[in-house]
Amino acid sequence: MLPTLPLLNDRFLGAAAFRARVGTGYSLLPLRLIALDALRYVLTNFAGEHVVLPKAIARQFIRHELDSNSAVYDELKSKHFLLDDDSTVALDLLAVKYRTKQSLLANFTSLFMFVVTLRCDHSCPYCQVSRQSVDRHAYDMTIAAADRAIDFMFHSPSPAIKVEFQGGESLLNFELIRHIVTRVNDRNVLEGRDIRFVIATNLMCLSDEILSFCKEHDVFISTSLDGPRTLHNQNRPRPGGDSYEVAVAGIGRSREALGADRVAALMTTTEASLSQPVEIVDEYVRQGFNSIFLRPLSPYGFAVKTGLVTGYSIEQWLDFYRRSLEYIVELNYRGIPFREDYSSLILRKILTPYPTGYVDLQSPAGIGISGIVFNYDGDIYASDEARMLAESGDRRFRLGNLHTDSFEEVMSSDNLIDILSETMTECVPMCVDCGF
Amino acid sequence: MIKLHGKMPKRDDGEPFVVRVVRGTPGSPLAGDREAYILGPDEVAPPGYRAYLSAGGAHLQSPGQTRVIWPIPEELSYLSDGDIVRINPKTGELWVVYRRSSPFNAMLLTERCNSNCLMCSQPPKAGDDSHLVKAYLDAIPLMAPDSAELGITGGEPTLLGGSLLQVLRACKEHLPDTALHMLSNGRLFNYLSLCREFEAIDHPDFMIGIPLYSDIPHRHDFVVQAAGAFDQTVRGIMNLARCGQRIEIRMVLHRETVDRLPQFARFVARNLPFVEHIALMGLEMMGYVKMNLEALWIDPVDYRQQLRQAVDVLRQHDLNVSIYNHQLCVLDRVLWPVARKSISDWKNEYIDKCRECAIQDSCGGFFASSSLRRSAHIAAFQSHEVCSPIAGVKKQVSNV
Repeated sequence: MLPTLPLLNDRFLGAAAFRARVGTGYSLLPLRLIALDALRYVLTNFAGEHVVLPKAIARQFIRHELDSNSAVYDELKSKHFLLDDDSTVALDLLAVKYRTKQSLLANFTSLFMFVVTLRCDHSCPYCQVSRQSVDRHAYDMTIAAADRAIDFMFHSPSPAIKVEFQGGESLLNFELIRHIVTRVNDRNVLEGRDIRFVIATNLMCLSDEILSFCKEHDVFISTSLDGPRTLHNQNRPRPGGDSYEVAVAGIGRSREALGADRVAALMTTTEASLSQPVEIVDEYVRQGFNSIFLRPLSPYGFAVKTGLVTGYSIEQWLDFYRRSLEYIVELNYRGIPFREDYSSLILRKILTPYPTGYVDLQSPAGIGISGIVFNYDGDIYASDEARMLAESGDRRFRLGNLHTDSFEEVMSSDNLIDILSETMTECVPMCVDCGF
Repeated sequence: MIKLHGKMPKRDDGEPFVVRVVRGTPGSPLAGDREAYILGPDEVAPPGYRAYLSAGGAHLQSPGQTRVIWPIPEELSYLSDGDIVRINPKTGELWVVYRRSSPFNAMLLTERCNSNCLMCSQPPKAGDDSHLVKAYLDAIPLMAPDSAELGITGGEPTLLGGSLLQVLRACKEHLPDTALHMLSNGRLFNYLSLCREFEAIDHPDFMIGIPLYSDIPHRHDFVVQAAGAFDQTVRGIMNLARCGQRIEIRMVLHRETVDRLPQFARFVARNLPFVEHIALMGLEMMGYVKMNLEALWIDPVDYRQQLRQAVDVLRQHDLNVSIYNHQLCVLDRVLWPVARKSISDWKNEYIDKCRECAIQDSCGGFFASSSLRRSAHIAAFQSHEVCSPIAGVKKQVSNV
């Protein structure tokens, strides 16, 4: 005999009375799907929800044959892949989630990179920006160009602005950095934006004067650290062969002067790095960082000329990435909190309703409308990669020049708008159906 | 269990009135027409108060026989300076509206409700109960401005419309430093115009606790016994957020809500991540729960897994989550840091077994009503089982 189910007092309606309105039919809400492997599809939507389903179930669902009593039906409904007569609030929630995902668009451009010089004392074979030797001042940005860049920058409506100084070795033109920071801050008294300055530097010419300036104006330092001493010195040659010692000493000094949270490091993966995932992560831990951004070589600049880009395959890179990540996960299990930044970005996209400020992996792409580059010669580029490409002759992503073009002209140029519309996966054929 | 109502001899001499109790501070009254003086043994009544109360029963009439002296019922003998009472001379009812020393004061503004939740601890009653709002509007100016928190509850307070707004404005005016926490089913916030009214009041420290019982609309509607409630409540939450109101989500755990708890948590994290707090609450054996006990009761130990998963999801999303009304011995230990001592003092109890427990001080204990049904797994911890004091379990000043 079946056990009797406990009953509600008869003044209450049973669950079935409310369930009844679900009915038998349902509509599909906007979704995309792609095979994950031989057995499963992943279904995604534009608000960032996802469900992994066995292929047979996914087919049932798409053909409107899914049983509304099944657990998978409730999952698809809860994640807003289907709509039935139970409720209409899914549409409002989807709208809010989509708006949240795209919320940074409304702020427009917030990252402004100033290439204050192309000169550099290092001679890294993987250099992606085609650096120039230390004495060639023709490769410095002029004060006039910098001033026009500042005007340009304040045309952006973004309430938060990040000013990043790039090179070459940016500190070889510290006088211009000082000029720009001072001028931006003066202007910001009226503008009232939330401004953050970052200097990307190899720390070679770090001085007390520079540090005290950074301290005074709350400037962040971002440097390169490729891994342990031998690897770093091999990747980043300079006269004396001591780029590692320079970097590590500079990191220490900067932290002491500015605070640990004001100093970040980036790594670049060369062929020599591939065999040292554990050593590289350990070096970051040893230097007191709590995260690492694992980055492959980009196919620009010297990296192409020297053949380094073809030095390893995508499979080799992925293998390196996996091994590094496994080790990082292991560190965390051991109680050492440590993050891999690229994975964090991806996971944030997959697991939360929030956007990332990262200019890649966006629809539309972040080029121009999220970040923009002012080159040393006044040329304006859609991204860091765009100016790297231009150095090797391809000026496709050049949007204009500070001396001749206004903010409006640059931002509404066919050059920019064409690229942007090509990166909107919502409307590009093929992309619009891609589950990823 | 502390009593809040008492009976005195009927005196058919006037309308109900609200007064603040003055005890042990003779002298000239601060707001005499809105104060009641408690007479000590053989004390001669000082002049100028609205009413006189006697704890000993010795005084039956005041000097000159112009004022009635009310004998305080035995169970309300705790009444002390700063407490606020409502006296109904026609019925002899003495109602403790506000206790100065309690962190759990709440204003039950109406017993009417547009939902009819299966587990309602305060079942709705139809009919005119406007005397409640009136009593509180009289009481608010008499409350201590240094009270940390004050609750608003019901019934469904938003059914009051303009009167509710009046209460909120009175709180802002008289108690600007007192945090205000209102329980509402959120359905009427489906009307953006109501949210705009709350926004316009601009209370400096106001939060609305709104129940949500499932990620699946008809499941929520079943629990609250109202078709369409899920859509109204979710739209209400979104509207409140648009108007900058602070929101807490309240989930009551019972047999009809625990199954999808992890999915519910994911739904909140994904769709309503702007809420300030999520409270996962144990059942109080009051009101309708008594009628539906067998249908609703589930031993908390039997939903440990779902509860653990739900808290994990919410914490992974950086959401602020608390567990209310659960004894530490029924909870997964990793959940102890989010367990709160949430039960209002006047209905908070511990059972015999708790006396031997090494961590009773950190535990929220039981509702007085739990004598009806408790977990079969209540057990005292020995001190060697709990290596260090539980820093995580904090007193939650709230109105459960």
